[in-house]
Amino acid sequence: MKNERQILSSSQLEITIKRLCQQLIESHSDFSETVLISLQPRGKHLLNNILAILSKEFNCKNISSGDLDISFYRDDLRTKQLPVIPEKMNMDVSTENKKVVLVDDVLFTGRSVRAAMDAIMPFGRPKLIELLVLVDRRLSRHIPIQPNYVGKVVDVIDSERVIVNWGMNNVLIIKENNE
Amino acid sequence: MNSLSVEHMLGIKYLIKDDINLIFKTADNFKKIINQPIKKVPSLRDVTIANLFFENSTRTKLSFELAEKRLSADVINFSSASSSVKKGETLLDTVNNILAMKVDIVVMRHPNPGASVFLSRNIKAKIINAGDGTHEHPTQALLDSYSIREKYGIVEGKKIVIIGDILHSRVALSNIYCLKKLGADVGVCGPSTLMPKYLDSLGVKHFSNLNSALNWCDVANVLRIQLERQDVQLFPSLREYSNVYGINKNVLDNLNKNITIMHPGPINRGVELTSDVADSEHSIILDQVENGVAIRMAVLYLLSLKK
Repeated sequence: MKNERQILSSSQLEITIKRLCQQLIESHSDFSETVLISLQPRGKHLLNNILAILSKEFNCKNISSGDLDISFYRDDLRTKQLPVIPEKMNMDVSTENKKVVLVDDVLFTGRSVRAAMDAIMPFGRPKLIELLVLVDRRLSRHIPIQPNYVGKVVDVIDSERVIVNWGMNNVLIIKENNE
Repeated sequence: MNSLSVEHMLGIKYLIKDDINLIFKTADNFKKIINQPIKKVPSLRDVTIANLFFENSTRTKLSFELAEKRLSADVINFSSASSSVKKGETLLDTVNNILAMKVDIVVMRHPNPGASVFLSRNIKAKIINAGDGTHEHPTQALLDSYSIREKYGIVEGKKIVIIGDILHSRVALSNIYCLKKLGADVGVCGPSTLMPKYLDSLGVKHFSNLNSALNWCDVANVLRIQLERQDVQLFPSLREYSNVYGINKNVLDNLNKNITIMHPGPINRGVELTSDVADSEHSIILDQVENGVAIRMAVLYLLSLKK
């Protein structure tokens, strides 16, 4: 039996992403020195939304961006149940001396972000790296990584899953109940 | 499909179409990585690989070694010329001794057909066949089809002719399996003494005339004459072979279309290909070499994930 609860509705999700965009503008003004990089596969949806809102509502256009596949840098390649198959990589940008913002939907253990920091190094030495996440599962970290921009902070236990549903435009917490 | 259906890479014969497509998709990522300024990823840092070459090789050995190093694996190399094989040690003993050093993957080239299949049944490690006699050379076939896919976007429906010594060529056999599985039309062309008897069962067209083969195909994959595998003389002379089956610029200019020239190497310049063809814009021979590293990285990566 599945036990679902919604933590962000469609309208709340939109407001949240808009706020994240405004926070980005506060720190990056015209984005000329900035590269936004999504973590494939799920960060890409969030980044697409952010880029669309920045362009449409705040007239920030032509922002450098890329989609990063981190598969080969993961630390659990041979311990995961299912094999890790790489996602499409779209990194026609240089991060040399740029302010890089990594974008992902849910921050859980922090291990993906660690892998992402390794994976972007071949594209140049960034001036700084920041992290933007839609949902921060703040009590679940395995390594000392903290986000700079957070959509929503949640306290959930390990057996619960946080799902950002881009089809329905909402965010759910799902508890798998085996009883 | 997110996993290979096989435990070992013994031959294309044992793969299904989804395996080949998964390898290609993974190789796309690796091709990007080997064109980055930092060409290395840490994916196989906990894996040890033994390259066992019981037969000469330059390209394949270097390509595998580079692929392994770019995946951060630990690599040990062995070649039979300087080993205890010369003192009479059996294949199984040699490999078991190497495995006692905790090796996870064995890449092996061997002059006997079926050597890698034999090994996979008798030892506990993942085996990659880097050529077993006249049987199969799966990674070469994968990189050839991958290069065709890169050039044309798709392999299905393309017409590929393999020219030369089909009888002794593991590259030809693996290529035929691979191209047929991907839905290409395959033809072979060469002297009838260099055609295997089982040719009909492979479902390929046979051309004895070079010009009609080239006019039919989109891609010509030209093979080397393997004099070292011929116990008896199967054609009068290299010069005569070259006159009848060699491709030079004149032959290409007289076709009514442009075709792509491939060669698995090493080229005998002036025999199967002249230099002005091998180095022309029709040739994708050096792309094949680059793709070889990406394909081998993909095969190593995907096999290493198999439990």
